[in-house]
Amino acid sequence: MSRDDGHRGAGRTVTPTGATGIDLTLTVNGALRDLRIDNRVTLLDALRDEVGLTGTKKGCDQGACGACTVLVDDRRVLACLTLAAQCEGRRVTTIEGLAEDGRRHPLQDAFLRHDGFQCGYCTPGQIMSAVALLREGRAGSDEEIREFMSGNICRCGAYPNILAAIREVAREAVG
Amino acid sequence: MRPFEYLRPDDVGAAVALVSADPAAQYLAGGTTQVDLMLKDGILDPERLVDITRLPLHGITADDRTLRVGALTTMEELAADPTVARRLPLVRTALLAGASAQLRNMATIGGNLLQRTRCRYFRDPTVPDCNKRRPSSGCAAITGAAARMHAILGAGETCIALHASDLCVPLVALDAVVEVRGVDGGRRIPLTEFYVLPGERPDVETVLRHGDLVTGVEVPLLPSTARSLYLKVRDRASYEFALVSVAAVLTVEDGTITEARVGLGGVGTVPWRARAAEAVLTGAAATTATYRWAAEAEIHDPFTVPGTAFKPELARRTMVRALETVVGDRP
Repeated sequence: MSRDDGHRGAGRTVTPTGATGIDLTLTVNGALRDLRIDNRVTLLDALRDEVGLTGTKKGCDQGACGACTVLVDDRRVLACLTLAAQCEGRRVTTIEGLAEDGRRHPLQDAFLRHDGFQCGYCTPGQIMSAVALLREGRAGSDEEIREFMSGNICRCGAYPNILAAIREVAREAVG
Repeated sequence: MRPFEYLRPDDVGAAVALVSADPAAQYLAGGTTQVDLMLKDGILDPERLVDITRLPLHGITADDRTLRVGALTTMEELAADPTVARRLPLVRTALLAGASAQLRNMATIGGNLLQRTRCRYFRDPTVPDCNKRRPSSGCAAITGAAARMHAILGAGETCIALHASDLCVPLVALDAVVEVRGVDGGRRIPLTEFYVLPGERPDVETVLRHGDLVTGVEVPLLPSTARSLYLKVRDRASYEFALVSVAAVLTVEDGTITEARVGLGGVGTVPWRARAAEAVLTGAAATTATYRWAAEAEIHDPFTVPGTAFKPELARRTMVRALETVVGDRP
């Protein structure tokens, strides 16, 4: 499936790559994407500039703001501090991959209903983080949601509405 | 940033050989320090990057006495472990008090031990004087206006950079042991002997040799009767480094402290084992007067700059509060 097989051959312990160029196959939102990129490229830049999925945002670009949150093998991570090369053979999910059969994810609807944003720049990261939060079972109370969403900064201060959106979907999931 | 060679070996020996053979090679695990300092700040500049994330160093095992954590276990995985929740609750608290969920999913336990300082002068390549980055160049933080998140213990004129880990504070109090693999084989190093005070060589942070790989951490489990706590004081409620933190493990019998282990965070150039405080506590009455005496014994000769002048007293008071809370005199 991926070129991961390349370093599993008998006696080989090293992925054959050049000094900078690297052939890489990423699974993004369920589709295989073959890339030839510089090995210094982060997952964030690979998604935006190579794959063409610009929903994932570049905020601080140094691991402080959460705007670039994506799921790798269903876990939320920061794409700006992940090298694309490290994601060979992993499943990457971005905001573009949440909708099913053309229908928005319940969290996307809830963010709209509760006006969980102002400028909207942090929103994809907020929603991806919230998707993971629900899977982690950490939406049991407002306090818990606030704590486990603390890695996503909103400069506009839409926190009360973000909280309301997540709380509503968490209750729907339980009820 | 200059180009680097990216390699992803699939066994530990190959990884250790690759880095050991090349002074300009570095390991890459979770990347939350490495990628940040490499791509963003330009502080690290490896010619060869050896990705160790697919090595078989994941996982947590436990027997009756000891928890063993593979170095590539993530912070979130360790926090979710049922043995940690039951027998090392202060470790769980410290893990979940650190960073954000995203960073904890990336950051590994081995990497947490070896995380680089958050000193903004160290992380700013336009600052020329940093003994940690360029030996004998001076220390901009000493006279800097932004020296708040800095160390007051183990610090001096050469360096006041803080070791900012939360996790290491309980681990150093619990006498955790680091498993290391080098080209000459494996060895075990107590965490209390793993770090090196800055002294004349702030660029030397641990006893590791180039190419040594942390493969795991062993943590002695607490008896179920032990009282323990991790208390973190910070500028905001979440997603912030500690100004001061305290890990405390106490055994109290008939009002007397029979065993005390205390670690301090937010104050040391290395994760700080508070042995002077422990000496005061052990055998003494479990009272606030004892806790204050212990705190003053530990924080008796701090090295402060104007930005950290508040820290010695904050550290003493946080120690007293932690000890009162762990003994149960304070909710």
